[in-house]
Amino acid sequence: MSSEAMAGNMAHDQGGDSHGEHGSHASPGFYWAIGGILTVITAVEVAVFYIPFLASVLVPILLVLSGAKFALVVMFFMHLKYDSRIFSGVFLAGLVLAAFMTVALIILYHVLPNYDLMG
Amino acid sequence: MSQAAATAHDDHHYTSTGLSSWKVGFWTFIGSECLFFATLISTYMVYKGRSITGPYPGEILDIPLTSVSTFVLLMSSLAMVLGLDGIQRGSKRLTLIWLGAVILLGATFLGFQVYEFNHFVHEGLTISTNVFGSSFFVLTGFHGAHVAGGVIWLSTLWILAARGKLTSADSLKVEIAGLYWHFVDIVWIVIFTLVYLIQ
Repeated sequence: MSSEAMAGNMAHDQGGDSHGEHGSHASPGFYWAIGGILTVITAVEVAVFYIPFLASVLVPILLVLSGAKFALVVMFFMHLKYDSRIFSGVFLAGLVLAAFMTVALIILYHVLPNYDLMG
Repeated sequence: MSQAAATAHDDHHYTSTGLSSWKVGFWTFIGSECLFFATLISTYMVYKGRSITGPYPGEILDIPLTSVSTFVLLMSSLAMVLGLDGIQRGSKRLTLIWLGAVILLGATFLGFQVYEFNHFVHEGLTISTNVFGSSFFVLTGFHGAHVAGGVIWLSTLWILAARGKLTSADSLKVEIAGLYWHFVDIVWIVIFTLVYLIQ
């Protein structure tokens, strides 16, 4: 591939498709808005932790809220929403494998011991 | 992309996909880091509630303090992306301000962690006290080491920028450092939820 073609791909790679051609994916105001949302979600997480009647649904609420924070940072601060899907694929491959491993270990150590597999 | 910008990127290496090999390599590294931290988080989860002696998590973890340090790390991610925006705009002033803010906020987070570790040791929780202490200190200690590495990395970039040796043509270097910093941030998002809030 010629250097010109590569540079052209690089422009697309760095977000030239939608938010400017020199890797500037969004405006500073947009980043401040994302920062504000992350702050609010963190405050809600801590508030939920201290509300007694939410204790029974605490875990799912916290998992959803932290998943939202995780997604916001990855999509907008790490620019995966604008970058090449190859980067998303490489990251998600590691992330999915990591999630499977964690779930497998929890099942192995916390769920299976509750069953009499030899009986 | 302008001809000048394209020329500025010519010193970078590209994969057969046309993507920067630096970014492909670094995203692969981040993918592997997901597995690294997953092993540590899994170990913590597996040993959760299995300590036969105290102190236990509910007795010792300080949620308000850690909420503040979590906020500090989240704001450092915001400063990081604003610093990248600054260097991509070619503004030395914005680059120095926001990269300096990331370094200060990262150092503040480390200060919180040192205080927390010191407090735990005084309360009788060390790495060898119980399985909670072992898995907690290894997990958060490795995360803290990653933060410390990021602070050192960003400090070198700040010095280069201050000397005028980091320009908009080098924005990929800041972008990759930013990817590392944001990754450290998302790892903390997971740790804060699973270790501190879900007890």
